Amino acid sequence: MIRTIAAAGLACALSAGASGAQELSFSQVDRGRYLTLAGDCKACHTDLENDGVPFAGGRALGTPFGTIYSANLTPDDETGLGLWSREDFYNALNEGIDREGRHLYPAMPYPYFTLMTRDQTDAIFAYLRTLEPVHAEEPENDLPFPLDIRLSVSGWKLLFFEDKSFVSMQDRSEAWNRGRYLVDGPLHCGACHSGKNLLGADADGEYLRGGVLENWYAPNIRGGENGGIADWTAEEIVEFLKIGRTSHTAPMQRMGEVVALSTQHLSVEDLGAVATYLKSLDDDLPEDADTPDQARLETGEGLYFDNCAACHAADRSGVPYFFAPLDSSNKVVADDPSTAIRIILGGARAQPTEAVPSMLAMPPFAWKLNDAQIADLLTYLRATGPRPAAPVSAGQVAEMREYLAEEH
Amino acid sequence: MTKQLPPVDVVLVGFGWTGAIYAEKLTAAGLEVLALERGPWRDTPGDFATTFAQDELRYYWRHGMFQEASQSTVTFRNNSAQTALPMRHWGSFLPGNGVGGSGVHWNGQTYRFLPSDFVARSHNEERYGRLPEDMTVQDYGVTYEELEPHFDYFEKICGICGKAGNLRGETVEGGNPYEGARSDEYPNPPMQMTFSQDRFEAAARDIGLNPFPVPSANMSRAYTNPLGLQLAPCTYCGFCEKHGCGNYSKSSPQTTIIPVLMQRPNFALRTHSEVLKIETEGGGSRTSGVTYIDTSGDTFFQPAEIVVLCAYPLENTRLMLLSEIGEPYDPRTGEGVVGKNYCYQVMSGATVFFDEEFTNGFVGAGALGMVADDYNGDNFDHSGLGFIGGGYIACYTTNARPIESHPVPDGTPGWGAEWKRAVQANYLKTATVGVHGASMAHRSNYLDLDPTYTDSYGRPLLRMTYDFTVNDRRLTEHITPVAEEIARGMGGREVNVSARRGSYDSVPYQTTHNTGGTIMGTDPASSVVNRYGQSWDVPNLFVAGAGLFPQNAGYNPTGTVGALAYWSVDAIINQYLPQPGPLVQA
Repeated sequence: MIRTIAAAGLACALSAGASGAQELSFSQVDRGRYLTLAGDCKACHTDLENDGVPFAGGRALGTPFGTIYSANLTPDDETGLGLWSREDFYNALNEGIDREGRHLYPAMPYPYFTLMTRDQTDAIFAYLRTLEPVHAEEPENDLPFPLDIRLSVSGWKLLFFEDKSFVSMQDRSEAWNRGRYLVDGPLHCGACHSGKNLLGADADGEYLRGGVLENWYAPNIRGGENGGIADWTAEEIVEFLKIGRTSHTAPMQRMGEVVALSTQHLSVEDLGAVATYLKSLDDDLPEDADTPDQARLETGEGLYFDNCAACHAADRSGVPYFFAPLDSSNKVVADDPSTAIRIILGGARAQPTEAVPSMLAMPPFAWKLNDAQIADLLTYLRATGPRPAAPVSAGQVAEMREYLAEEH
Repeated sequence: MTKQLPPVDVVLVGFGWTGAIYAEKLTAAGLEVLALERGPWRDTPGDFATTFAQDELRYYWRHGMFQEASQSTVTFRNNSAQTALPMRHWGSFLPGNGVGGSGVHWNGQTYRFLPSDFVARSHNEERYGRLPEDMTVQDYGVTYEELEPHFDYFEKICGICGKAGNLRGETVEGGNPYEGARSDEYPNPPMQMTFSQDRFEAAARDIGLNPFPVPSANMSRAYTNPLGLQLAPCTYCGFCEKHGCGNYSKSSPQTTIIPVLMQRPNFALRTHSEVLKIETEGGGSRTSGVTYIDTSGDTFFQPAEIVVLCAYPLENTRLMLLSEIGEPYDPRTGEGVVGKNYCYQVMSGATVFFDEEFTNGFVGAGALGMVADDYNGDNFDHSGLGFIGGGYIACYTTNARPIESHPVPDGTPGWGAEWKRAVQANYLKTATVGVHGASMAHRSNYLDLDPTYTDSYGRPLLRMTYDFTVNDRRLTEHITPVAEEIARGMGGREVNVSARRGSYDSVPYQTTHNTGGTIMGTDPASSVVNRYGQSWDVPNLFVAGAGLFPQNAGYNPTGTVGALAYWSVDAIINQYLPQPGPLVQA
């Protein structure tokens, strides 16, 4: 499969070469294609909601600061990267500066991509040159003053951006170092899974401990002792990223996109390296949660049995690989219950992948359960797992319900 | 003004089980395939999610997923001397509508017909002598052995749960000893049985029968099919027939094929698109495509190299008649073929009422049952009985859906306080033993176009002329007492028998197993399509579904429908495409 795609890339590369573009080699293009997959460039740079042409940009990206539209990465002279040089492209990925010298908004994850070497950004650029040029104007960003002035980004960068290179740690294995490079560099896992400060930069001490994105809570993915996925084996992490299923859960929403467009196409060796690294990250013991009232637990248990048990099983053990076990779910016991509340209200669908094309879906319960019921149900689930978590209030559910009704 | 559309390789008329099967295989072979479906899109989370899949008012009482009789229906009469009247509310059968067709709201009882069923005329005449003149029973033209790999594949796509009784010619304990040789065991073990099945099994064994678990499309465990699609374990909620399954536990086109198909760039589906006519050219020697209409009333001509009729048998027959393809059947002369050999089934049974024991019928599933095949097909000696064929005898626990299901003993008033008391007393305490009888073709049972009534587009409705035959009556009179005997052996307080007597009545629900009308066979003078489902008259037109059955066997049809579809599409890919033209020389 990978061979076929590579061969198709080569055919385009030859035609681009014939028109006088930069000289390309197969191995460089192929490495670039792989890095483009690893960086999940396609997800943001394709208007997925409107069946847009891959890499032609224009996808609206909601940030806490406003809407930003992604750039056209195809080699179109007027609207894409047609006139860019390899140097320009390196500067964009390494320093967050575009061809005109303007600062890029950090929705483009250059704080992570800065770990990539010049050789690697050249390879990505070489691959992007093989795409069919698409003329696609980028819509105007919708940002409030003063963020609409790109110069404001320079202050942000001064505070939070560091032009870094990856340094291997000699006392760690090759796989661990490869994994750390992938996680912190091209895969930019921290963009969602690390907590942010008020200005949207990675907060100190929150590294891969979970973060909020578009009102989804991207869980803690530390795999060592007390980590959010401490009970996942390295093999299960690889399985999740490669086939899109584990006995624990399936990717959905934004992580579904990541698995579908990026990680399922990566080598098992690289995913193994990612797993090795994540499994090395220990975490602090969670604080003891308040014990909820008995009445709420009983109501929650009854609601669980009537509404959830048919799929997730009466003992909450689920159907591994089909319906998530809820007795050990890191979404259920996350400090921030946003994802669990949102899934109950709005439903969710397991991401189909090449290995598992099924789209098993959970229906929305917003019309069937009220705020207090959902809060009691989640309070019950959170209290009865192996790692009890704090009760959920009806107010938290109401807030999410309002958010979903207004905007989504 | 009909709009001309760009051509495709294959157009499928209807998108239920057979449409999904043809589409999957033909797109995998690289063809560009378009499916046209009269009804709406349907999927699990949107149309029958766990949160509302049990809505009996919507799905059962108001016919949520069936063909809308106000749009198109059939007219019915028992014999040619009567004037047929339209069925304005479905009764004895419930044709599906929308993506997945009846495959969405079936029970999931997935049998293979017996080897002798496919050679019903030659086999029975060899054993018992010539059949009566008016019995237009025929051989299929395809044998069980030829279909076996396709039965096997369909069972694997569906993840059928059962127990083999004949594995490559070896009899296996616990399965059906009468079944044709299977190349493989069922992909999943049988379902968990309940009290009723245990009592039935013991009682059936007591009288020397060989009960075995019903082959079920409700899952006994989590299963991933050869296309990578996932089916979850059944929860025994008892909302299968007439309902969609919200738990992904019932094989349907939605759970077993469609998600893969929708990802393929060479597949397209247009819903709310009703085919009006199969167009022909070259003096009727070829189809050029189909004309269809959408909900805005706009009509389109869709050119195609191959057309496959994948609608319900009744609609496939009507489309052939409306398009004037093939000679319409004439019961007076016995000439003509389209509409010939319409068959149904003869259902009867016995209900057991218990006093002490709880049968808890709400713990049910569409294909949860034990069944005995000792009186099916030609598994018993019919010498001197005056009929051929038979039926299975089964104890299912499909449901105790509260609006639909309130069995009360004979003699209970039809309403009022006493009726309510009886419902309450018996609701959790009944079991049924049913006979699923075959229906043999008869010269006087057929389908044609109604001379009076039309659908919402002004096209004639299909007219059904049908009554139970002498063969049917003798069959049910012979086998129903056996079911009664088993029922009496199950230890209840009383047994009520529902025999099938008198003329066929289109009002009470019996079964949605309407067959024939576009029958297959070996001779263009007596069949509509050849052994591959290919029209004798129009070689680039194929027909799928139970309309191919020359007569109906004593089983639920879906297993055989699936196998025939895989058999036919295999012939299209491996024989027709390399050399388009008739696959059998007439």
